Amino acid sequence: MAFDIYDFTSFNQTIDKALYDNLPPILAMLTEMVIIGVVFLLFYALVGLFLVYAERKVCAFIQNRVGPNRVGPYGIFQTFADFIKLLMKELIPINKADKILFNLAPFIVIIASFMAIAAIPFGKGLHAIDLNVGIFYVMAVSSLGVVGILLAGWSSNNKYSLIGAMRSGAQIVSYELSVGLSMVTMVILAGSMQLSEIVEAQRNGWFIFTGHVPAFIAFVIFLIASTAETNRGPFDLAEAESELTAGFHTEYSGIKFAFFFLAEYMNMFIVASIAATIFWGGWMPLHIPGWEGFNIVMDYIPPFFWYMGKTLVVIFLMMWFKWTFPRLRIDQLLKLEWKYLLPINLFNIILMALIVLMGWHF
Amino acid sequence: MENIITNNSIQQEEYIVNMGPQHPSTHGVLRLKISLKGETVENIEPHCGYIHRGIEKMCERLTYQQIIHLTDRLDYLSAHTNNEAVCLLVENALQIEVPERVKYIRTILDELTRLASHQLWWCAFGMDLGALTTYFYGLRDREKILDIFEETTGARLLQSFNVPGGLMNDIHPNFIGRVKEFITYFRKKLPEYDELLTGNVILKERTTDIGLLTLEEAINYGVTGPSGRASGFACDVRKHHPYSAYDKVEFKEILYTKGDSFHRYKARVEEMWESMKILEQLIDNIPEGDYAVKMKPIIKLPEGEYYQRVEAARGEFGVYVLSTGEKYPYRVKFRSPNFSNLSAINKLGAGHKIADLVAIGGSLDLVIPDIDR
Amino acid sequence: MNAIINYLKELFGGIKTLLTGMKVTGYYFVHPRQIITQQYPENRKTLKMFDRFKGEVSMPHDENNQHKCTACSICEINCPNGSIEVISKQVEKEDGKKKKELDTYIYKLSMCTFCGICIKVCPQDAIVFSQGFEHAVFNREKLIKTLNKPGSSLKEKVKE
Repeated sequence: MAFDIYDFTSFNQTIDKALYDNLPPILAMLTEMVIIGVVFLLFYALVGLFLVYAERKVCAFIQNRVGPNRVGPYGIFQTFADFIKLLMKELIPINKADKILFNLAPFIVIIASFMAIAAIPFGKGLHAIDLNVGIFYVMAVSSLGVVGILLAGWSSNNKYSLIGAMRSGAQIVSYELSVGLSMVTMVILAGSMQLSEIVEAQRNGWFIFTGHVPAFIAFVIFLIASTAETNRGPFDLAEAESELTAGFHTEYSGIKFAFFFLAEYMNMFIVASIAATIFWGGWMPLHIPGWEGFNIVMDYIPPFFWYMGKTLVVIFLMMWFKWTFPRLRIDQLLKLEWKYLLPINLFNIILMALIVLMGWHF
Repeated sequence: MENIITNNSIQQEEYIVNMGPQHPSTHGVLRLKISLKGETVENIEPHCGYIHRGIEKMCERLTYQQIIHLTDRLDYLSAHTNNEAVCLLVENALQIEVPERVKYIRTILDELTRLASHQLWWCAFGMDLGALTTYFYGLRDREKILDIFEETTGARLLQSFNVPGGLMNDIHPNFIGRVKEFITYFRKKLPEYDELLTGNVILKERTTDIGLLTLEEAINYGVTGPSGRASGFACDVRKHHPYSAYDKVEFKEILYTKGDSFHRYKARVEEMWESMKILEQLIDNIPEGDYAVKMKPIIKLPEGEYYQRVEAARGEFGVYVLSTGEKYPYRVKFRSPNFSNLSAINKLGAGHKIADLVAIGGSLDLVIPDIDR
Repeated sequence: MNAIINYLKELFGGIKTLLTGMKVTGYYFVHPRQIITQQYPENRKTLKMFDRFKGEVSMPHDENNQHKCTACSICEINCPNGSIEVISKQVEKEDGKKKKELDTYIYKLSMCTFCGICIKVCPQDAIVFSQGFEHAVFNREKLIKTLNKPGSSLKEKVKE
């Protein structure tokens, strides 16, 4: 296939081989880790800053206003300026707060989102680690973030924060289920939990098309449940601005607040990239069986752009409904999960299994 | 075993949260002391007075013309209506008949005020529920009304356009055209409000059967305005005690019987439609005439007690004046709708979730400076 | 069976209302021309306030540096906030008569509530509202303004 020109496997192997040939194994491994770490840190910071800017612009246009437009052309440096401001702000120590947990919480949140990035394939051969249970790993790691939120709410010694953290706990425990089950639906179709293989399986058509009805239902459920999992509107009960001032991060300031802020956007990015990977084919270009010329043209678009494009579309969807809907109440949130999403999801899995068994998918 | 039980006497303290005086959903400096049990609100204790400015006392050393500009600062979102109450009181006490033109213009400005106020309420209500986009749509449309105000009265919010005996100025030549333009514009935009929020299933779930107020309770608490009418309390002063030009227009008093948050919401949205109908009836028929009657420079009300009520955007606004025949009133008392509406909040909110309390507060449409005065 | 139908009705009805809401916001997202935001400091040159706009009280002077204020103090009496202070002086005229004339007209912007009573009651129409709205200053003393210009005098009424 033409997109094999963008295969990074041999490139990675060359670097790997060169390092191991010239350095002792431990040092070589360390060097690799450092390189990957630096690359991801940069990527993380850039994507985080870009997403904050994108969110502000999208919500501005939806709300019929201009959005940030003072710092740089179209305000593109606004988030950098904000970031510098947050870096320079005072870290307010809270009396009677649990100091260790209070300081630990933002790191847990940000590390959880950082770990999840590692398994995501950005292109063929372009991932830090290709676990054979990739989906399982991503799910497990991304749900670690709630520990940080709970700690933040508990240790701030603030009543609003505590309510926010408890809400977040209840919310994530229930929505984790839907995220998992909708992923399971797709795993049935793909026949593998390895993310690179799931992408490969979509070579002749993305799962959202080949899996048709159940895949689409699974996608909608995944979108709803993962929005809830990342604590974004209309499920932003944990920070519910009009009810709990800022919820679990009320007491945080400066860079610690920035960590929570960045982690929220990165979680959104991770969730969107998982959605892009398992439903929309990840980095796989758009292929329509039979249209050879069209397929070859599509192949020449680098996979990274395909991947980013799909992720951004999903992120835009999430922003769109965040800025449209009112927030749900906590009991309605749980009702939505247990009364609607879960039964539909279980039914959907049976449907998908049936379709795969009978070979009714494309 | 016994030891454990006695040691277990950790007092079951109430989980008390102060919502306010600085809180995003109180729209001002109102403090609600809430006892919680988990997420459920057990008891709400409103503490007001954070923005008390002593306006009633200040009025005792001001002439009747000067009082008017202070009434702006009670419920700043129905400034014109409040002004009118004082003017009507003085005019009725001195038995002055103001020209028809004045009555018409006052009524038009009243309805514009009501529209602007309800638009702002709609924005804030959406925001209370977490839909931030409503805020900008509402403010965008409100801007048009504020422009009309600014052109004619010179101020956007606190107009002080009324004087005893008429108005400060005649209407601006562009006024009629602009109001008509606004009505055609807003008739197109108002259905958008319904699409965005009224029909939304989340809003319905959040507000239906929340904060029920029966007719009897509404009357007992003195909950007036759209909040009272949602419970079936026919309290529209415009309808039952018409003033200015309200006896010349046809309009429907929006009445519901359920009295939950959703119907309080609905009553206000419907009132916007009614307000536009009133505007349409009046705007083409403003009679020619003077914009004010010549008054004496020093107004002295005859000795006695006077009360005048008008329908402000949030309910019945009343002015009570006790005069000893001096140029200053002896005592002024404002019956502010928000104070009475707030008094019902414990009845409405207790037993619901925190999020519901925010929705209930939003549906009551409280303006805090009007509560504290 | 009915229960299932109701369940599905509720579900799809709910989804439909959500989609109508998204339609509205989506419409504005793809129509950025509907934005009415004014770019304030940039549009300062073209920004024109309405002629009745109550910016601040000012005293117009004509080309001979003459104003119309006779220092009658009616505005000062009528001001509800005490933001106007009229200081007058006795001036001896050529014919030996003593006449009251305006010395300084002090206007405290910080105390003004823009009710417009002073302008309405002024018998000479000596003061008007000007359109200036940028009142921010670094120092509170700067908000206490003298409205009559130095060396100005009373404009004599032309007898008809």
